[in-house]
Amino acid sequence: MNLVKLSLRMLQRDLYAGELNVLIFALVIAVGGMTTVGFFTDRVQLALSRQGDQLLGADLIIVSDHPLSQHYTDKAIQLGLTTSTALKFPSMVVKGEKSMLVGIKAVTAGYPLRGELRITDNIDGGLPFLKDYVANAIPSPGSVWVGEKLVARLALKKGDMIEVGTAHLTVASLITQEPDYSISFINLGPRVLINAIDLPATGLIQQGSRISYRLLISGKAGSVKTFRNWVQSHLVLGERIEGIRDARPEIKAALERAEKFLSLAAMASVVLAAAAVALTTRRFIMRHLDGCAVMRCLGARQTEILYLYLYHFIILGIVSSVIGCLLGIIAQEALVYWLATMVEVELPWPSLLPVVHGILVGMVLLLGFALPPLLNLRNVPALRVLRRDIGVSNAHSLTGYVLGLAVLSVLFLWKAGDARLGIFVMTGFIVAIAIFGLFGILLVKTLSNARSKSGGSWNYGLASIWRRANTSVVQVIALGLGLMALLTLTLIRGDLLQNWHTGLPPDTPNRFLVNIQEDQLQPLKVFFNQHNIVQPTIHPMVRARLTSINGRIVSPEDYSNTRAKRLVKREFNLSWASEIRSDNQIMDGRWWQDRDIGKAVLSMEADVAKIIGVHLGDTLTYDIAGSTFSVEVTSLRKVDWDSFGVNFFAVTPPGVLEQYPTSYITSLYLPQHQMGIMDQLVIAFPNFLVIDVAAIITQVQKVIEQVTKAVEFVFLFTLLAGLVVLYAAIISTQDERIYEAAIFRTLGAKRRQIISAWAVEFAILGGLSGLFAAMGASVLGYVIGKYTLNLSYTFNLWIWLIGLFAGIIGVMVAGLMGTRSALSRPPILTLRRIG
Amino acid sequence: MTVVKSVGGVLVPALLYVILEVVLNKILSAIRRFFMTDNFIIRPIVQAISLTKHVRNSDTQLTILQDINLDINAGEAVSIVGASGSGKSTLLGLLAGLDTPSSGKVYLNGEDIFLLDEDERAELRGRMLGFVFQSFQLLPVLTAIENVMLPLELSGANNASTVALELLGRVGLDARLKHYPKQLSGGEQQRVAIARAYVTHPKLLLADEPTGNLDSTTGAQIIDLMFELNRERGTTLILVTHDEAISSRCTRQVQLVGGKTES
Repeated sequence: MNLVKLSLRMLQRDLYAGELNVLIFALVIAVGGMTTVGFFTDRVQLALSRQGDQLLGADLIIVSDHPLSQHYTDKAIQLGLTTSTALKFPSMVVKGEKSMLVGIKAVTAGYPLRGELRITDNIDGGLPFLKDYVANAIPSPGSVWVGEKLVARLALKKGDMIEVGTAHLTVASLITQEPDYSISFINLGPRVLINAIDLPATGLIQQGSRISYRLLISGKAGSVKTFRNWVQSHLVLGERIEGIRDARPEIKAALERAEKFLSLAAMASVVLAAAAVALTTRRFIMRHLDGCAVMRCLGARQTEILYLYLYHFIILGIVSSVIGCLLGIIAQEALVYWLATMVEVELPWPSLLPVVHGILVGMVLLLGFALPPLLNLRNVPALRVLRRDIGVSNAHSLTGYVLGLAVLSVLFLWKAGDARLGIFVMTGFIVAIAIFGLFGILLVKTLSNARSKSGGSWNYGLASIWRRANTSVVQVIALGLGLMALLTLTLIRGDLLQNWHTGLPPDTPNRFLVNIQEDQLQPLKVFFNQHNIVQPTIHPMVRARLTSINGRIVSPEDYSNTRAKRLVKREFNLSWASEIRSDNQIMDGRWWQDRDIGKAVLSMEADVAKIIGVHLGDTLTYDIAGSTFSVEVTSLRKVDWDSFGVNFFAVTPPGVLEQYPTSYITSLYLPQHQMGIMDQLVIAFPNFLVIDVAAIITQVQKVIEQVTKAVEFVFLFTLLAGLVVLYAAIISTQDERIYEAAIFRTLGAKRRQIISAWAVEFAILGGLSGLFAAMGASVLGYVIGKYTLNLSYTFNLWIWLIGLFAGIIGVMVAGLMGTRSALSRPPILTLRRIG
Repeated sequence: MTVVKSVGGVLVPALLYVILEVVLNKILSAIRRFFMTDNFIIRPIVQAISLTKHVRNSDTQLTILQDINLDINAGEAVSIVGASGSGKSTLLGLLAGLDTPSSGKVYLNGEDIFLLDEDERAELRGRMLGFVFQSFQLLPVLTAIENVMLPLELSGANNASTVALELLGRVGLDARLKHYPKQLSGGEQQRVAIARAYVTHPKLLLADEPTGNLDSTTGAQIIDLMFELNRERGTTLILVTHDEAISSRCTRQVQLVGGKTES
């Protein structure tokens, strides 16, 4: 017999008869949702990286302390990438009698490759920020663009001549926004932007000058990645790569968390799809039991039955997955269009990989979760043709679903792109299935005992749950898993968004004051009082170089990690404090108490400690202005860099560092209308370095807003997938309900009585699922939040209430809507059909 | 020497005689065994020997059939009659190899069907048996002609549509070939089921209350059709019914009472 042909014919007939509607619906939505998430994640991730890159001015920068070899540029051009160069160095700028130390950046055409450089010609207009525009070029030769601080300090006007080294340059514009302005210490001074052509005339490029040579690269993501990999193996000492992830810890944290959340959302949709497939396949099999029994009776072998339906499902899977992918492509394009108008960001085209993922995931899910019941189908006893009450054994279900779960686990690890996250989610759901199943069985038994004590609708509702004990447990597990996925995402999404938003409150510091001297502390306090500025906390700062760990001399050569090399090479800023900051958290060891004041102990930031190989109890020796200072590490701290507060890698208690040369640093928030005070401050304290972090914060907030939108969007899709599971769970018992309704109505039951009994049943199933889901989501949310997303977990009572009521109301409403047709059909039709 | 000769003259023939007798006995016993075993017995087309079926229901054991012995010869039409719960359908299921007995044997065309595994029994059914059920048991997703073609397609026949077409014509459904079961009346569905049952030229047709879901007029037409086809094709018929009139049209009746036969 040509099984494929017969299978196709049966598939065609099943399709025609509407037997497969629910299964196709579940698959198309699941694959569609997953593909959309895949596509969207792909595009959003590309967009986020680009957006992040705007803070860098390029997709990638090679930074060096010596002129960069031409072969980097050649290679970039060969890969179709765009390049530009920049040189950064500190120098004095002179105008008449006045002079100032500034950060000079000499750029070539094309700068910046990413992000916006905004300037205004209204240099001394009093409201410099009002009329700025995007500079589509770089300063013309002989001219210079300057930062607001230099304008304030040197009282510059448009057309003024300033001396930069031996060159005389004309002030042409005021810089209002620079994409790559950073708060690292090389940028402390006011910024001056010149054309690289003028560089030789300045005579500033000499042997031993502190120059940072930068090669900016941008282009297609794939080429940039190729270039990055190539460069990695060609870097020599003094050269390093700077990407957005290397440069900005707060953006890095936001991006990584967003990526993990999106992976999590994709995984949640996989769980939902699995539950939907398992439920709808079960219904399909139940509806095909008679047919299989007849075929067995007519001489079909077990393997023939199995292959018949296997082909059936494979064809169905391919067709549904392709439709799902098409839906995904359309949906993501429509939603990208919708999103683009909201966030004004152009999302780059995604790769086609999500289509491959979608089809593969669809097939694996269908076969992983449809195969176990299919295996049972071949064992349908032929005797069923004489006795319809003989069903199919569930002998293969357990082992079969173990196979399905194994497949799902592999998918999780694959989709997660993060083994740790994948393992947590996978373990979470497997444990949840076991616990939900166990509790489900226990509770169904307990409820059946309660039946005798109840009456009316409760009695019938409880009786239905008991009669369909196995189905009820399966429904509770599936609904519980679906709700758990949704609640976990809700919890994490809430924590994530809250974390981002609380991380950057409206009064986030937008100015840093550096280089405050001890004798200026009191006058500064008076200045703040005079101008009604809330007194900010002022932190002491001692510059020190780490010389040895536990008596062993350290040098950059000891480390292979470039960041470690840099950390060891440069000076650390040590500080002291009696209380731990609110954005710091002790990870190991303990913070000091009053009795520790004056003791040579130190608390170190955990990431830095890990990178340079410092452990609790180690003794570190620093060189501070020629003196040696040894200190024991007694705690390791996690620092929330998102706070934009002043933080130090190394902190001691008071009474330890005071004897060394100390300067002070503070950060404060100035509202827009008080910005003019900064000019007065600079005049009053000429040695202060004022760092403007407002632009950085604005850009970070923009990135976070987009990430938030992406997260909300992806979450919406998971929610839709959840509704499919709900529908599948309801529909899985629809046939039995139609039959029951026919019997009840024949016996004189009123519609209201049947509806009440079903409402009780759905409410109990939904309530149990909701409670189980809340329990699972609380644990999984805690584990994922704490161990992979580094979010502080807050116990959420709401999740239990939401779980319970969403379960009861959701399942009850959907259930009653789904079974409405069962009540509208004349009983005789049903009874005649069942025969 | 003479003594030796005379002893040898006695011993050699005696030894030869002993050897001959042993060999002859062996041959004779083999012949006897051959003729006394099943190999030489001409069995009926259906034979049930001491067929018993128990069902365990929680802690009690229920006997559905007890020690049923039944021989049905080729060409016979046998009705199995009895009250509801007397074990009629269970007996039919066992005779068709759809179910397994607690003890006893069933020979179909001389073959002990419970020595076969489930797939071999399915193959035997496909080759030898035809079924007509009370609830028709047509596949709802297949049309009338596809339902009739199904047993042929399962057995790998390549002229399925021609044979199916011919049989549907014979049962009077030429005009309903492309109709689905739900588009046919009960009588028409049972005609399709009869066509499906005869399409493989089975040696034995098993019918379980074939008129149970039909009105009396339609039921009578269906029974007429079944008996006509049975005669035309020389098929053996086993018919489970509680209708005396239908039962009386059979050559023999087997009465089941409380799981036992009363002839």
